[in-house]
Amino acid sequence: MFKLEARPQASLAMRYASPAIAVVLMLIAGVVVFSALGRNPIEGFQVFFLNPMRDLNAVTELLLKATPLMLIAVGLAVGFRANVWNIGAEGQFLMGAVAATAVALAFQSSESALVLPTMVVAGAIGGALWAALPALLKTRFNANEILTSLMLVYIAQLAVSWLVFGPWRDPAGFNFPQTEMFSDAALLPMLIEGTRLNYAFILALGVLAAGYVFMERSYTGFKMRVAGESEAAARYAGYSAVTTIWIGLLAGGAAAGLAGMAEVAGPVGQLTDKISSGYGFAAIIVAFVGRLNPIGIFFASLLMALLYIGGEQAQQYLSLPASISKVFQGMLLFFLLGSDVFIQYRLRRSARQ
Amino acid sequence: MPQEQPSSGTQSATPRLKLSGITKIYPSVVANDNIDLTVMPGEIHAVLGENGAGKSTLMKMIYGVVKPDAGEMMWQGQKVTIANPAHARELGIGMVFQHFSLFETLTVVDNVALSLPGKQDLRALSERIRQVSDKYGLPVDPRRIVHSLSVGERQRVEIIRCLLQTPKLLIMDEPTSVLTPQAVRKLFETLRQLASEGCSILYISHKLDEIQELCDTATVLRGGKVSGHCVPSKESPKSMARLMIGKDLPVCEHTQAKEGGEVLLKLAGLSHASDDPFGIDLQDLHLEVHSGEIVGIAGVSGNGQQELLYAVSGEECLSERFPVQICGTQAGRMSPGRRRRLGLCFVPEERLGRGAVPSMSLAENVILTAAKRRRLVRRSLIDFKAARAFAAECIERYSVKAGGVFAQARSLSGGNLQKFIVGREIMQDPKMLVVAQPTWGVDVGAAAFIRQSIIDLRNRGCAVLVISEELDELFEMCDRIAVIAKGRLSPTKRAAETNVEEIGVWMSGIWPGVDATMDQARVQA
Repeated sequence: MFKLEARPQASLAMRYASPAIAVVLMLIAGVVVFSALGRNPIEGFQVFFLNPMRDLNAVTELLLKATPLMLIAVGLAVGFRANVWNIGAEGQFLMGAVAATAVALAFQSSESALVLPTMVVAGAIGGALWAALPALLKTRFNANEILTSLMLVYIAQLAVSWLVFGPWRDPAGFNFPQTEMFSDAALLPMLIEGTRLNYAFILALGVLAAGYVFMERSYTGFKMRVAGESEAAARYAGYSAVTTIWIGLLAGGAAAGLAGMAEVAGPVGQLTDKISSGYGFAAIIVAFVGRLNPIGIFFASLLMALLYIGGEQAQQYLSLPASISKVFQGMLLFFLLGSDVFIQYRLRRSARQ
Repeated sequence: MPQEQPSSGTQSATPRLKLSGITKIYPSVVANDNIDLTVMPGEIHAVLGENGAGKSTLMKMIYGVVKPDAGEMMWQGQKVTIANPAHARELGIGMVFQHFSLFETLTVVDNVALSLPGKQDLRALSERIRQVSDKYGLPVDPRRIVHSLSVGERQRVEIIRCLLQTPKLLIMDEPTSVLTPQAVRKLFETLRQLASEGCSILYISHKLDEIQELCDTATVLRGGKVSGHCVPSKESPKSMARLMIGKDLPVCEHTQAKEGGEVLLKLAGLSHASDDPFGIDLQDLHLEVHSGEIVGIAGVSGNGQQELLYAVSGEECLSERFPVQICGTQAGRMSPGRRRRLGLCFVPEERLGRGAVPSMSLAENVILTAAKRRRLVRRSLIDFKAARAFAAECIERYSVKAGGVFAQARSLSGGNLQKFIVGREIMQDPKMLVVAQPTWGVDVGAAAFIRQSIIDLRNRGCAVLVISEELDELFEMCDRIAVIAKGRLSPTKRAAETNVEEIGVWMSGIWPGVDATMDQARVQA
């Protein structure tokens, strides 16, 4: 028999090495998966992991994909550090997209330079409002935010469907569930001409930096970390548990709303019923792979974007099913959680009972 | 009941229990190193040592909770390997733990039935419980629900539970820490009666006077090793202390309190109903603590100390302002942070997880309470340099043994973390300091240091409120003493004008002027 035994001292180095180990294990398992599917693993590896980085265009696509992930993940990390478990970033993303679309559609004929900033603000507020619901339910009725935020995802998805199938459907859109294309004034300008990478990437880097200052340097961020590590200590120090919950959820909601705005005003240019590709859920993995640290989240979001694009490439060139991305995402989280166990514990042969 | 006779005949040359070379190694520490221990039938044998000396680990090995890494155990002359506590009970070993293992929502008889093998006839079992409790002077009603029992009564249930299995060896782990001095005497009578019937008793404690009064022989542990054997009746507390800590017991310097200081903490009829169904409701508490004095609150644990501390610190907000007054301000509805700004500092009972965040460094842990009073936050950003400097100063001045300001709080020993927390609070120059269990689980040397620091603070004009379950400690430190019992607070008395005996009586809830309903409650209990 084996048993897990607590280590006397957890290694700090291993804490940061653990995501790298998880990536390596995921690659090894990937070889097994490709072989089991009857594909050449080397070719699979090339299509999945190298193609998305082959030239400037591919790299900008990667950064474009990573943008919403890093935005959402850094917002979630603020809450996760304080043990506020916002699982509903997907819904907050959608509501941010809806709010931004409402602004864009209202000013469809305007050329004003203020349309875009208004959309940014509307997106953040839309996401934050959707996250305020679980915060209110948690602080007033002690309802578990994991359940309420998750359930609100489905409400948000149906609300988006209703809008794009109903009142907001483009009359000239051949009955496709989508709004009109936004006017130029409501679209984010390109960062590099000839690619699809837009200024949302700069916005995301700014949010990462702000998140870093907030979490690592500010007194409020410190209070939230204490609340996450030890409830009794936070109470003893006099930190308000209610404030912690509100900040944790609103930060996640606003960041996810921004990501939603960046998606409708960026590569898509309209609201559709498939506006999110599960970014809100993937960002949870990004936040943990990035160790809830903004710098880690930057790299983790690139990795996750690679899995998204690699999955599309594998569909295209290897005719593998679309769910291959999800398989790799799942393996990554699984191996990360698995390696994390060994930071705190070690395996020992125990004497037979 | 135990059959064998006390150690008088020649057959009793076979020890009841003999340990040789017992060793237990944990990942970070050698808990027991080559321990030898011999217990004869009918002997009351003390295992004496400071916290962390390895007493509890040794007992857990005898009771089969943990397994030794090396060494040999002989039970009545036969070599045994005890697989688990059930096996130990089968052999005739019973243990009363320091922390009770009773289900609060079940009755006494249910709890006892759960610990016995097989299905029990509850009526017959109740009868047996009554018999045992009569015989050994352990009154307890089998039908009562455990949460309504006092701590002393719960301990009786634990002891009865062991006695029903007619043990040949009874292990008592620090049994008196939850009892009044009078109840301690009763317990000793029971234990002597048991021993006279041939039951061996292993008595674990760090209280020298108790061991002298009760025990026939003693094994002293220090740092996981046996540092000596002795016959307590032939030793002085001083000589035993030297065996236990390797040097003389340090004593505090205590001078007369200055009279007539300003009132810095006032409880003006503090009443508060606890949210916890098993908590204690505070009823009309009155107390004044003046600058330049130390007031102690004695009491058996679980009589409202926690609730009182929460109400004073602000961790539990009151519905009215007047019952708690800090430095002349009505503070009943203030948060802990605002009370701290008035000049109140507080050392809680639990160090790890409340007084300090286990996973955070010492430099971060000073920010917890000192952010405002030591200006560690500027324009809502943390000044980490100032925090590191403050932590370093605290480590230096309070001789905290730690791997620097970046060491995690959890890497410190209990005593060192307590020194750090006490230092952190005292260095904020409080006007009013509240300390709970200042030396609980702390080794003797650190305890004396902490007491001295608190006395020095009081000499500088601070008002201090100490809540402790250790009477000796209160008498050593305090100028005035009050007692808390069943959520009520007694009047205070000058420490010099009272004694352990009187405070002990008060601890059971009877003091001059206590009203009739209290007396009734006591009779029922």
